[in-house]
Amino acid sequence: MNPDASTIAAGAPIEVDLSPIAEGQDIKVFWRGKPIYISHRTKKQIDEARAVNVASLPDPQSDEARVKSGHEQWLVVIGICTHLGCIPIAHEGSYDGFFCPCHGSQYDSSGRIRQGPAPANLPVPPYQFVSDTKIQIG
Amino acid sequence: MSGPSDYQPSNPALQWIERRLPIFGLIHSSFVAYPTPRNLNYWWTFGAILSFMLGLQILTGVILAMHYTPNADLAFKSVELIVRDVNYGWLLRNMHAVGASMFFVAVYVHMFRGLYYGSYKEPREVLWILGVIIYLLMMATGFMGYVLPWGQMSFWGATVITNLFSAIPYVGESIVTLLWGGYSVGNPTLNRFFSLHYLLPFLIAGVVVLHVWALHVAGQNNPDGVEPKTEKDTVPFTPHATIKDMFGVACFMLLYAWFIFYMPNYLGDADNYIPANPGVTPPHIVPEWYYLPFYAILRSIPNKLAGVIAMFGAIIILCFLPWLDAAKTRSSKYRPLAKQFFWIFVVVCILLGYLGAQPPEGIYVIAGRVLTVCYFAYFLIVLPLLSRIEKPRPVPNSISDAVLAKTGSRSTPMVSTAIVLALAGSLFAGSIDSAKASEGSDTPPGNKWSFSGPFGKFDRGALQRGLKVYKEVCASCHGLSYIAFRNLAEPGGPGYSVAQAAAFASEYKVKDGPNDAGDMFERPGRAADYFPSPFPNEQAARAANGGAAPPDLSLITKARSYKRGFPWFIFDFFTQYQEQGPDYVAAVLQGFEEKVPEGVTIPEGSYFNKYFPGHAIKMPKPLSDGQVTYDDGSPTTVAQYSKDVTTFLMWTAEPHMEARKQLGFQVFVFLIIFAFMMYFTKKKVWADSH
Repeated sequence: MNPDASTIAAGAPIEVDLSPIAEGQDIKVFWRGKPIYISHRTKKQIDEARAVNVASLPDPQSDEARVKSGHEQWLVVIGICTHLGCIPIAHEGSYDGFFCPCHGSQYDSSGRIRQGPAPANLPVPPYQFVSDTKIQIG
Repeated sequence: MSGPSDYQPSNPALQWIERRLPIFGLIHSSFVAYPTPRNLNYWWTFGAILSFMLGLQILTGVILAMHYTPNADLAFKSVELIVRDVNYGWLLRNMHAVGASMFFVAVYVHMFRGLYYGSYKEPREVLWILGVIIYLLMMATGFMGYVLPWGQMSFWGATVITNLFSAIPYVGESIVTLLWGGYSVGNPTLNRFFSLHYLLPFLIAGVVVLHVWALHVAGQNNPDGVEPKTEKDTVPFTPHATIKDMFGVACFMLLYAWFIFYMPNYLGDADNYIPANPGVTPPHIVPEWYYLPFYAILRSIPNKLAGVIAMFGAIIILCFLPWLDAAKTRSSKYRPLAKQFFWIFVVVCILLGYLGAQPPEGIYVIAGRVLTVCYFAYFLIVLPLLSRIEKPRPVPNSISDAVLAKTGSRSTPMVSTAIVLALAGSLFAGSIDSAKASEGSDTPPGNKWSFSGPFGKFDRGALQRGLKVYKEVCASCHGLSYIAFRNLAEPGGPGYSVAQAAAFASEYKVKDGPNDAGDMFERPGRAADYFPSPFPNEQAARAANGGAAPPDLSLITKARSYKRGFPWFIFDFFTQYQEQGPDYVAAVLQGFEEKVPEGVTIPEGSYFNKYFPGHAIKMPKPLSDGQVTYDDGSPTTVAQYSKDVTTFLMWTAEPHMEARKQLGFQVFVFLIIFAFMMYFTKKKVWADSH
């Protein structure tokens, strides 16, 4: 009952062009049937994410560990709430990040859980920068 | 009861079979001669009601499966086509969907009855545990069945429930992948759920056979909780229990038919009339009502794994009930304290159910936690403790003694009921206040619709005018893809003739092909064609409308609703009010205001609408006075347009509504006569036994 060959093949890596995303905007792409948020973060959002005391977080992880160095403005996360799988809404909630409408979990501008029932941060999918304006997810 | 039967059929052919397979003897000893306690009350008819419901669910389900397509792209449409095009498809679907709810109503009554009269106690532990297994299988079946229509709630319910398993440490993620058959809920998930939804009812039927077997070995419990001792304590199953069960089933059918024919969507969720969309989560995911108490328990615990354990624990704990409650007296009738706590427990369960449907914030979370503690305390503290400290009243010597001394005291329940009602009332009152404070948006005003009520019919003039408004205004952006031109000539619709419908169709250009050269071409519409959509696909619709795709209007009056809240949803059951959708649609059409009130900001490219959730709607004000000309002299005002087009859209959402209400009346007349006949037959049969 595990995924069949065609499902696995359809889950191959995809490339996304980042050049049309302006600062402060984000897009949602689908990979393996999961929504992936790609946010072009503002300076304010990056500073907020880095100013937090990491040890005080429910799921401690520094912002540096969640983005690629040299591309700090880009946050790539799987947009599935780690509580029960709803899709959080970007640019909502009190942490300049994501807000899940189902059970009220709030994530910050680094996709880290800050408040609510979700146990973990929004996962970062495997991805790398192919060029400065293009990433490959998967 | 047990052992070989001494029944011998008189017909030689049956005798021949009986010697080789003693099946008639088995039936005779189980359902005819079987001694049943003569003091059983009507709560004992729910076993028969449940068997009846199981049979009916399997029967309607098998027929529905003949028309259903388990494919993520086609499932939603195939369910709509069942309702619209299959002969009596609307009846089959309503019976099956409402039947699931009724099945749970009956099973909850059946379980609470077992709890009250101590039917789980020695020697009926296995019987009780088999019942809990049936209940678990029912929950799995019901959940998977709810996924099949592939609406928004189906999809997101499936996502939330399958994600529960991801809470299991280490293996959780791989279990979830195994359930999905992919990387998220999708087509493989739908396929396997369909397969399992077809399989599980037969497993339930198998466990029901074991359940009945165990029942016939241990014998039925009874309201006094004393075992039958002599012949005088029992009556033969047939005709006594059979006729009583028939009367019970008839009464239950009246409730069932009330939903099927008059409020088929009362127990469902409007969001499930929106096709599944993996990119959009509904603002408020609610499971079906029968899971709500457990959902409330899940949400009241802030830790994910602990929440899941508590939720499953709330059901599994029932298996241990025979050992948690060690009291020798079975029936709560003779246990003054247990009786009070039982009713408190019932209220706790109902309140948990209410909380499960509320957003997880403020007072609801705290109340949920308190009630979760109460739920578990009943099993883990109250029952073990009561069996040690409670002094039960003396039980009668035998069942016949109990029947003869029927004029016993029955004043005590009143006190506990009053306490419990007061408690429930104050909690409800508190929650209404907080709900009112948090929402603060305008409620759509109620309208007088020609189609409301048990005898409601569509106003033909309004349908024809509404069609005109749709065609001249709405159709430039909104599709109507489930309606074919032939529907316009069908009974219960706008009342056009077949020729008029064909002429109406021929005004449209419909894409067809490919022809022999392999090209697509356009031709005039035929009666069998569906209304063409204004945009070739959703992306085109989105791009042309500033990012918000205009929804298809075929189902809009069923897919939109607004929260009625307590206590209105209880009154609605009796008044058959189910026009939230039309009221909302008509209100939105008239809710546009030029002047944006202070404190509300409307983004660029959106418009202010009083009744639209969030107030910022992408659709510009669609209707203005005099925009559409009417031939019949009706006023050409926005109010009239809105009312007409909403009536029309109610018809497109449910073309067979008139047939439904008409058949409902006939069924009610039949059922009432049938129930009376059963009642008087029962009285006659039982005349000597009371």
